[in-house]
Amino acid sequence: MTTIDHHWQRFTLKQKLSRYAVYLVLIMAMVQSIQSVEVIPEFFYDAPEQMADMFNRMWPIDFAYYQVAVHDAMIETLNIATLGTLVTLIFAVPLALMSSHNISSSRWGHWIAKFFLVSSRSVNSLVWALLFVSIFGPGVIAGVLAIALRSVGFVGKLLGEAIDEVHMGSIEALKATGASWMSILLKGYWPQVLPAFFSIILFRWDINVRESAVLGLVGAGGIGVVLSDSMNLFEWQQVSIALLAIFAVVIVAEIVVVQIRKRLI
Amino acid sequence: MPSHNAAQTNPSLLAIKGLKKEYTAGNPILKGIDININEPGIIAIIGPSGTGKSTLLRCINRLIDPTAGQIIFNDADLCQAKGSQLRKLRRQVGMVFQEYNLVERLTVIENVLTGRLGYMSAWNAWRRNFSQENINTAFNLLESVGLTEHAKKRADSLSGGQRQRVGIARAVMQDPKILLADEPTSSLDPKTAVEIMELLERFSAEKNIPALVNIHDVKLASRFAKRMIGMSNGVVVYDGPPEGITDEHLKTIYGGESWLV
Repeated sequence: MTTIDHHWQRFTLKQKLSRYAVYLVLIMAMVQSIQSVEVIPEFFYDAPEQMADMFNRMWPIDFAYYQVAVHDAMIETLNIATLGTLVTLIFAVPLALMSSHNISSSRWGHWIAKFFLVSSRSVNSLVWALLFVSIFGPGVIAGVLAIALRSVGFVGKLLGEAIDEVHMGSIEALKATGASWMSILLKGYWPQVLPAFFSIILFRWDINVRESAVLGLVGAGGIGVVLSDSMNLFEWQQVSIALLAIFAVVIVAEIVVVQIRKRLI
Repeated sequence: MPSHNAAQTNPSLLAIKGLKKEYTAGNPILKGIDININEPGIIAIIGPSGTGKSTLLRCINRLIDPTAGQIIFNDADLCQAKGSQLRKLRRQVGMVFQEYNLVERLTVIENVLTGRLGYMSAWNAWRRNFSQENINTAFNLLESVGLTEHAKKRADSLSGGQRQRVGIARAVMQDPKILLADEPTSSLDPKTAVEIMELLERFSAEKNIPALVNIHDVKLASRFAKRMIGMSNGVVVYDGPPEGITDEHLKTIYGGESWLV
């Protein structure tokens, strides 16, 4: 048995100091941001009162209004979400293939794909919608394109990552049989990516249902138009039925997606 | 397939001349390999890991591009082949892998049928439009490797030994003129390893084709091989019948001697 005291520390002095520096900066940033928000105390204190007032005006829910306007708008919203997700695929699949290191070794390809994927993601769908409303005019087309363009980055990135995780041994084996590039794609990559593919698409559709509900606020069709109109007219009982419909649809979408995913994977 | 006829008119089915491979410049892993292969039966390549056995096999079907040298297969230089010509050469070379390399989410029978991908269009592959003849061959192959009742199971539900049988069936499905096997038994228990070697020996005899097998287990190799190729540090240090291998050879190939008991 040796009796030497072994010296061990998780971090060196330099690492410790830099960790403390990071904590210090975080606290300072916190203090700074609280000061700059400039909370107006009067508005803050009567928030509960205002909320109660709003709920009061929303009640009772105007169920009759569902058949009048909400139903058709809700269907339109679902159409926007679904069509948008399908249009996404047209762009997302080629970009995913281009961005994957397992498939393409072209650095130019990677950069181009990355550029489109990142630019798609960096713009919120509401902003896309504003853009398309001014190009195509208000309506469903603007909504579908806004949803699609925003989703391309999301789906393309995740799909590209799924392709990167493919077991390359199987691909090597198919290459060794003399299979063409397309056959390898269809018989080697596709079976391995399939669960991730549907999982990503369903997840994105789920998100798109929620996003397309908002798009109407800027005139891109769907339930958002009804919501915004009712709000502008101070018809709070109509607002409440629209909100209730959105809530119900989102819950149902969630359940449907979970069930489909369970069966697929 | 008149594979042996074709071989008789040529000096060799497979002639490897001065094959070199460097992954990083100036650091060759294969330092000039010369091998001629013409005879059916198991030809074992022995040697320690990291000596270039896998690289050698992968150069033969161009999964790896050699740095220099020639690989003449069936009168064509594999090193120069490109595009569809390369794919046509590849489909005549069946390969078996250490980790089986099946497409796990496809069924066993479909994995065997992927051996035909080199002979069909992507469109037909996508529609699973295999000819009746190929489907029959695939089922017969599964029967001969003893997996008939597993045909419609997913490949990832099989054991290691069973997967390797599927891997062999897939390679034979190509109707190859030569079989390559890269450490086909290394991930398997000793009993299964022997069964896999028996299977390779049987197909090699039935099809009258050579089976080039990378293997580091000398005993297993000499039990099945008609010819042994010993590799060490990227060069061939022995090429001859298994009986000809002495302890001296093994010392050169693997280094040290304490393991030679």
